[in-house]
Amino acid sequence: MNHWIGAPIDRADGILKVTGEASYAADFNFENLIYGIPILSTCAKGKVVKIDDSDALKIPGVLTILTSQNTPEFFPAKSDFGTASQMGEIRLPLQDETIHYAGQYLGVVLAETLESAEEAEKLVKVLVEEEPPILEMEKNLSQAYSPKAFFGEPLPVIRGNFEKAFSEAEIKLEEIYTTPVEHHNPMEPHASIAVWDGENLTLYESTQWVVGARNVVADALKLPREKVKIISWFVGGGFGCKGFIWPHTLLSSLAAMQMKRPVKVLLSRRHLFTTVGHRPATCQKLTLGASRSGKISALKHHTITHTSFVGEFLEGSGGASQNLYDFPNLQVIYQVVRLNKGTPTFMRAPGESTGLFALESLLDELSYKLKIDPIELRLKNYAERHPETGLPWSSSNLKECLQIGAEKFGWKNRNPDPGSMKQGNLSLGWGMAVSMFPGFRSPGSARVKILPDNTARVESATQDMGTGTYTTMKQIAAEILSLPPEKINSFLGDSSYPAAPISGGSMTSASVGPAVEAAAKKALQHLIDTAIKDKASLFYRCSPDDLQAKNGNLIFKTDPSKAETFGEILLRNNLPFLEGEAFIKPDQPDKKYAFQSHGAQFAEVLVDPYLKTIRLNRMVGIFDVGKILNLKTARSQAIGGMIMGIGMALYEKTVYDLTTGRVVNDNLSDYLIPVMADIPSIDVEFIDKPDPYFNSLGVRGLGEIGITGTAAAIANAVYHATGIRIRDLPITLEKLL
Amino acid sequence: MKPFTYQRPFTVQEALHSIRNTPGSIFLAGGTNLVDMMKLEVINPSVLIDINQLPLNKIEPLPNGGIQIGSLVRNSDLGFHPLIRKNYPVLSQAVLSGASPQLRNMATVGGNLMQKTRCSYYRDEISPCSKRNPGSGCSALKGYHAEHAILGTSSSCIATHPSDMCVALSALEAIIHIESEKEKRKIAASEFHLLPGNSPEKETVLEPYEIIVMIELPPLPPNTTSCYIKVSHRALYEFALSSAAVVLEWEGEKIKQGRIALGGVAAKPWRCFQAERLLENSLPDEKLFRSCAETALQGAEPQKENQYKVELTKQVICKALSTAFKRSV
Ligand SMILES: Cc1cc2nc3c(=O)[nH]c(=O)nc-3n(C[C@H](O)[C@H](O)[C@H](O)COP(=O)(O)OP(=O)(O)OC[C@H]3O[C@@H](n4cnc5c(N)ncnc54)[C@H](O)[C@@H]3O)c2cc1C
Ligand code: SF4
Repeated sequence: MNHWIGAPIDRADGILKVTGEASYAADFNFENLIYGIPILSTCAKGKVVKIDDSDALKIPGVLTILTSQNTPEFFPAKSDFGTASQMGEIRLPLQDETIHYAGQYLGVVLAETLESAEEAEKLVKVLVEEEPPILEMEKNLSQAYSPKAFFGEPLPVIRGNFEKAFSEAEIKLEEIYTTPVEHHNPMEPHASIAVWDGENLTLYESTQWVVGARNVVADALKLPREKVKIISWFVGGGFGCKGFIWPHTLLSSLAAMQMKRPVKVLLSRRHLFTTVGHRPATCQKLTLGASRSGKISALKHHTITHTSFVGEFLEGSGGASQNLYDFPNLQVIYQVVRLNKGTPTFMRAPGESTGLFALESLLDELSYKLKIDPIELRLKNYAERHPETGLPWSSSNLKECLQIGAEKFGWKNRNPDPGSMKQGNLSLGWGMAVSMFPGFRSPGSARVKILPDNTARVESATQDMGTGTYTTMKQIAAEILSLPPEKINSFLGDSSYPAAPISGGSMTSASVGPAVEAAAKKALQHLIDTAIKDKASLFYRCSPDDLQAKNGNLIFKTDPSKAETFGEILLRNNLPFLEGEAFIKPDQPDKKYAFQSHGAQFAEVLVDPYLKTIRLNRMVGIFDVGKILNLKTARSQAIGGMIMGIGMALYEKTVYDLTTGRVVNDNLSDYLIPVMADIPSIDVEFIDKPDPYFNSLGVRGLGEIGITGTAAAIANAVYHATGIRIRDLPITLEKLL
Repeated sequence: MKPFTYQRPFTVQEALHSIRNTPGSIFLAGGTNLVDMMKLEVINPSVLIDINQLPLNKIEPLPNGGIQIGSLVRNSDLGFHPLIRKNYPVLSQAVLSGASPQLRNMATVGGNLMQKTRCSYYRDEISPCSKRNPGSGCSALKGYHAEHAILGTSSSCIATHPSDMCVALSALEAIIHIESEKEKRKIAASEFHLLPGNSPEKETVLEPYEIIVMIELPPLPPNTTSCYIKVSHRALYEFALSSAAVVLEWEGEKIKQGRIALGGVAAKPWRCFQAERLLENSLPDEKLFRSCAETALQGAEPQKENQYKVELTKQVICKALSTAFKRSV
């Protein structure tokens, strides 16, 4: 059969989105709506002495202003992935006077119109006792702490004997790579509308995790979890900053309960730079020992990064060094400094994207030192098994990725000498890097209903952030039910559907997909059971094994002309629907295989020898992510990831004022992300071989791998073009002048 | 945004009468800059005088061979106008290198001249900033200033004027026509914007009760070449880190005279008069271009984070000169 899974069909929500009919959180409107605008601290460290809201309250339409003085107590919600409840910032909002970062919420103005709320917010006078903020991690290393664990794995990671292997190595290299704070900047800013009916709280949110949002809100307000419902039908991008639950969601909920009216809290672009997370800066020192032939015997990956005073986060940059190559002697060390900045959070491929920039740049440096082709160097250090656990790969096609990518790109025509290749007056640079992202899965569930009109619906409390989940989930059901996908509707983004994990860690397809498959199988089984018990059916008393679904009919396998539509069976039995529900849990205990996605990226840059402008000319990305559910949406994901990687390589950087701690470039004019004119032709190809052991569908998910390796491939290409090695992102022209 | 009222005059006289007699009023043209500043509450007018109905939206040839451009001509219409593309390519290139197509469709010539600096501290409404709040000090000096000015700065302000169009106007020696209720006056494009000195809040010679009615482009001798070079991180949709407009008049193999104006480096389009003198009656070559660049940047006073702009601007000048030279042969 295998005919709908993998098909490059159009997005289920495409027309809704381009016609403006898709309702994003902020699009919901209610009678009697109150608008809430957060009041942000302009100071990065200190204490609120007094908040004078007398002028603000005079603005017509202003109802009240919540501050720490008049906000009722929130209750600490668990911050724990396992119980599906994680706050981005652990501190509860408006409960005390301490200021930990610029942009922290000091209150929320509630008004009849957005305009009055905004005007009033500017009139609130906050008197603070300021202290000098701690803003630079390098200068505050004495305050650093060493985290003891990362997602349950003890730290530091020590494998073999690094010191000994390094001291014996023929070739030694040590370099420092730095990456700046970056902000996710999804197109759609966060929004939260809370509707309270005296007993039930419904939130219209822009979130990557409806279940997590429900649990946090319920716990923080001491409501039973079943009384809270989160709706997030469409999400205009998240990239991680809508994963955990941030203070604005608690404020809209609390305000709605207080005011007994619906409350809409909208964040502006400026708010997106403070309280909804960011990728923290990293300073990574890599120390490497290798033989002259290019076998790396020793590697130390020492990452200095930061978190806030009100949350825990670790950018796991060393993970790349731990999981990708066969490094027999390894140390992965972290130091974390607390800074007066908002709390960092996951941003597309947290850890891998920053870590691979460092590691894959270093390998390029080694390739020059040893005069070995960069691809050959990677193959020399290829890990036949998972380097950390020693488990065999369930499937690893890194070598194929490298080979196909090299062919498509024309790598063999590369003259490795820096500055040796030209296009017109411009210097041409070719660089490559490996991509990788671990295979993650979580428990997931789904329900599939067959309806009397020969259609079906899929329900799951997962979410589609623009990734294509609406489309791929119905393709899976289509495959099992043998219904064309246009006869199936997916219903997602509602916490009252069967529970699903956060849309993060590239695990939605791998976690929810198998649940949809199993639920569809159960629904079909119920249909067959109903038919064979139905005296009026052609299939009365037949063996289930003799029957199969085909194009909306149940048929005899041996005689397809004997057919009954799904609808006939349901209608005859007076059934409004037949459903199957499934909960699928990864079988963790008997870990026999290691699961990881791999890829290879190639970049061609053109550098103006005088002006030093860097323009990308083309990129090739080959990815091994298991089975592809929909070639079209998959390709978009991979391209989107690579484009975000281009941003990371060449443009993105959040600038903080080092006196005030405020973000200087908190808008899309100053925080540069690539525009279409910066994006070259991007050629993406997938290996598309099912992972035999990861799950029933063989999919590993691909939301994040696209961004990994891009920055290094571009940095390596810039070196090849210019002979200048930039180890500090973003690579901007002034660094080449 | 603060509440405001709105008026829509139909004649220049009406508009000038309103602006003079209505406290807290300001002209609204395309709104691409003003509305931004109002949302940020950096500019808080109580009355908007929408001038979009005034009859100032034409591009017309002048008897002397020049061109006059109404101040309400949209940036797109200017950039794509056949006469501008043919006779003043440097202006077309400069205008079309700025902003995005959507913005250029709204933005007017008058608004482009009057647009505010992009200094983030000026726009954040809270940091000390002498341009926004006279005498409060300059946050950029000790803060972030990688995109700031290197020429003509003062200890009270190091902001740049961000326009691309104005750089070309300066090199073309355009003339800006201004009217008030009482008088009409003209001013050279290179003298329209002011250096910060001790009063960075005063950015142009335009008085609050005056309106820009049009821009006059003097005719160029037929044997003239020109070009605009702009450098930014992104390929498009970004203000210039550094830019140069160059106009060269040829006499045989020789440059008869040349004009160089720079963008992204000062509070005004920066004319390089001394460097221009080196061009007079000289044979073009890389050495000449480099010495023009060196001369032009002699007085540069970069800060810690924008030192790169000195060498970058020299490269931009060389590139602009050599491109205009190539166009001559
Ligand atoms: C995201 C973004 C990117 C941009 N990038 C660039 C760029 O790369 N290069 C570039 O050059 N520009 C750029 N711009 C600026 C753009 O060119 C200006 O916003 C635009 O030219 C302003 O014109 P407007 O008609 O919209 O002016 P408005 O916003 O209507 O007015 C601006 C000011 O001019 C005054 N004014 C307008 N007309 C007159 C008149 N006739 N007489 C007297 N006063 C008048 C108004 O009172 C107001 O103070 C960018 C703008 C944005 C928002
Ligand atoms: S550079 Fe000028 S505009 Fe910027 S902060 Fe200083 S005074 Fe204000």
